[in-house]
Amino acid sequence: MRRDPSEIIPRDYDEGVYRNEWRWQEGDLTVTRSAQYTAPGCHDSCSLLYYTDADGNLVDVEGDPRSSYNSGRLCMRCLNMLETVNHPERLGHPMKRVGERGEDKWEQITWDEAYDIIVENVHDVWENYGPQSIVGMQGTGRNVVWQVPMLTFMGFGSPNMSGGFLSGDACYLPRIIGCALYGGGLWVVDAAQFHEKRYLDENWTKPELVLVWGNNPVASNADGFYGHWIVDLMRMGTRLITIDPRMTWLAVRSEQWLAIRPGTDAALALAMINVAVEEDLYDHEFVEKWTFGFDELKARAAEYAPEVAAEICYLDTEEIRKAARAFATAKPAAIQWGVSLDQQTHGVQAAAALSHLGAMCGNLDVPGGNVFAISAYNVCDNYSCGQFAVDPELMKKRIGEDSTPLHRGGFAQLAQEDAVLRAIETDEPYPVRMIWMQGTNPIANMGADSPRVYRALKRVPFIVVVDAVKTPTIVACADLVLPCAMSCERNSARAWNWPMRSLVQVTQHEECKSDETIILEVGKRLKPENWPWETDTELITWWIQGGGSPDKPWPQKAGFTWEDLREDVMMWEEEYPYRKYEKGLLRPDGQPGFMTPTGLYEFKSVLFEAWGLDPLPFFCEPPESPVSTPELAREYPYVLTTGMRSFEFFHSEHRNLETMREFHPDPITEISPAVAAANGIEEGDWIWVENMRGRCRQRAHLNPSHPDWLVSSEHGWWFPEREAAEPSLYGVFDSNINNLTPMEQIGPVGLGAPYKCQICRIYKDDGSVPNPTETIIREGGPFNG
Amino acid sequence: MAKELKGLLVDYEFCSGCHACEVACKKSHGLGAGQYGVLVTKFGPFQKPDGRWEMDFVPHFGELCDLCADRVASGRKPSCVHHCQSFAIQYGTVAELAEKIDKTKMALFVPQGQ
Ligand code: SF4
Repeated sequence: MRRDPSEIIPRDYDEGVYRNEWRWQEGDLTVTRSAQYTAPGCHDSCSLLYYTDADGNLVDVEGDPRSSYNSGRLCMRCLNMLETVNHPERLGHPMKRVGERGEDKWEQITWDEAYDIIVENVHDVWENYGPQSIVGMQGTGRNVVWQVPMLTFMGFGSPNMSGGFLSGDACYLPRIIGCALYGGGLWVVDAAQFHEKRYLDENWTKPELVLVWGNNPVASNADGFYGHWIVDLMRMGTRLITIDPRMTWLAVRSEQWLAIRPGTDAALALAMINVAVEEDLYDHEFVEKWTFGFDELKARAAEYAPEVAAEICYLDTEEIRKAARAFATAKPAAIQWGVSLDQQTHGVQAAAALSHLGAMCGNLDVPGGNVFAISAYNVCDNYSCGQFAVDPELMKKRIGEDSTPLHRGGFAQLAQEDAVLRAIETDEPYPVRMIWMQGTNPIANMGADSPRVYRALKRVPFIVVVDAVKTPTIVACADLVLPCAMSCERNSARAWNWPMRSLVQVTQHEECKSDETIILEVGKRLKPENWPWETDTELITWWIQGGGSPDKPWPQKAGFTWEDLREDVMMWEEEYPYRKYEKGLLRPDGQPGFMTPTGLYEFKSVLFEAWGLDPLPFFCEPPESPVSTPELAREYPYVLTTGMRSFEFFHSEHRNLETMREFHPDPITEISPAVAAANGIEEGDWIWVENMRGRCRQRAHLNPSHPDWLVSSEHGWWFPEREAAEPSLYGVFDSNINNLTPMEQIGPVGLGAPYKCQICRIYKDDGSVPNPTETIIREGGPFNG
Repeated sequence: MAKELKGLLVDYEFCSGCHACEVACKKSHGLGAGQYGVLVTKFGPFQKPDGRWEMDFVPHFGELCDLCADRVASGRKPSCVHHCQSFAIQYGTVAELAEKIDKTKMALFVPQGQ
């Protein structure tokens, strides 16, 4: 039964209770409309109502039904905001380490004392090593995306902005940079999220079909895309096809579920291109007018007949044909892709193959297709914020800048993260003397080979960590800890993508400061000439009005201030333009076409060719797999995929919250009943998941829909309820799936790493294997010393 | 029966099992660990004779559910209805809700705590 677009979002809320103002009084309580954007972490920013009492305590939260973003809905994490914000384990004051690293001994100091320590250390590095020996690091899903780069470039004067040892920048950057190189920009599913009227906008049409590829959006809410928008589309009649080794809830509701072998996405996408070509199902007009290199793509896809891909991907040939036909004939169709594309060594090539499939079928930038996603009002919402302040010659000294042609060409957004690790270990090309981490906990999450990351961090003389709770990374490596405000305690804004949303401070926790306040106060002490703003909101207004981003034909920059935004709560464009390549909205020269060297969508990348790289997508076996390393696979017979998402947690966060642990007490590894039986494992048993690099301990869950060749494990686990001091360290390596993943298995493009396509064996924990955390801390293990 | 019975109409074709209703209920009623006004139950997954898989989630409303009497009195919807990420729960009188059953995979709950 298809619902009409007018039936999807309930509009029957009481307008007197949910007022069209940014703040009002209801009895003793003040009600403030805002958006959630960290801490705690999340990729989305749902609109909510904060209720505060006369003393400024947060006493209730509710979803804002007036918001066209989430329309009143909230997930369990925002619904649990009171417990999160009022948690006794939150950091409330700056702290200086007094014992040895790992002893968990701290002294509370003032902000001024903390800033003095930072200034002294920065000057020491500047004078003795140069600014490049300072590295700025940030995590994901924290409202620090532009703030840490800005501090790194404009405060520390260093070119080295990086993530938390995310091998191959394997989260979104392979897709983002790939899309930028061959298509001139990133696209997302058009779920009407760019229109204030949403499903009622007259220019919008629903996708006939969404190809959900390598993600579980209802749980992950990745990259600013609120996952349940997919459910809205389904209620209007959108059909789904799901490509996922695991049978997600969406997979059950899909007309086809293809349980692909992780890391083989490029082969399947090329086979689907093959079918669309063979059966002449592609969009000739778009291909002829707007694209480059289609003949070469055709020739490449000819190597990937469905039979070939079926064998590579562990799929059925007919199912591949059927999926290709369904996708190519649905008008419009959209692809909802996920981090699985990035988390393989040739992530860029896999993403290219899939993007080409969508483009050749005529779905690029059409209503209900895959539309170009640019931040609201062209704000500088990325890792280059403030980069203009760094001398181009110094920029060239960025770590890993010579590691790939793409990096040499200046297309990387970050210091190459594997190269940063190596620089710390070897002092080459120069020593790393100071790390500034804001909202990242790399040994619990993100860093591959976490024992190696842990050991490397111990070598860095000075580490500052800004976070909301004490993490294993803080205990193990921090010399100075700064407490950051949570979302309800900060003034800020959210753009990615639309609308622009205000964050309004409604309460204060101890001495916490917002991420903006911290970078401003540090920046002013280091390079006052770069930091002319007096307050956090002046700085945010600068950012809202562009933050130094270059002008583009679309979108126009904002003229409004943070105070104006607060008043309006959220700001939308009058009209979101489709088919921007026809209108000259994608290129700085205002000409029609795409922002690529040819001005066309490049199936064959001119830049890749110039760099001596294969300019067409191709499939390459994961570095370790049943096919590429059959000997190893005899010992480790299962394909291991990591990072299985759950509703309760955002990566390594939320583990300290009783309510989340009530729903999800332990780390879970899913296996099929047959695999369980073959290994003498029963539901709920603690098991070891192990490979050549290491092992971790999780609880088995037997899932009858799980393929018999697959093991799926969760990531991000640590145990805040355990002892902090080493060798306990919150048990951070006990259940850490990144004991098994490698650094430095990155491809020729330097983007993408095989987090999700590992191999492993499993066995029941009988108590005889020593605790990995203690072994790693005391002996340096587990296997690679 | 003096007063008209109220209920919750669930469209469990679209319940994603996200736990939002459970946490919304626990927090608005101050319920402790292990206590629920609503608990999401899982049906499946299992493979049917035709080879297709079945897996549904259905929220079950228990004795602690008072249909958010206080919220309703203040002009609000029950918290689970307001926050359900799939808009899969509707609130009303049993008669109104029965009228709204226009497809399969719907269930009408009439909680005892009202
Ligand atoms: S997706 Fe969940 S945690 Fe994220 S902002 Fe929305 S309600 Fe909050």
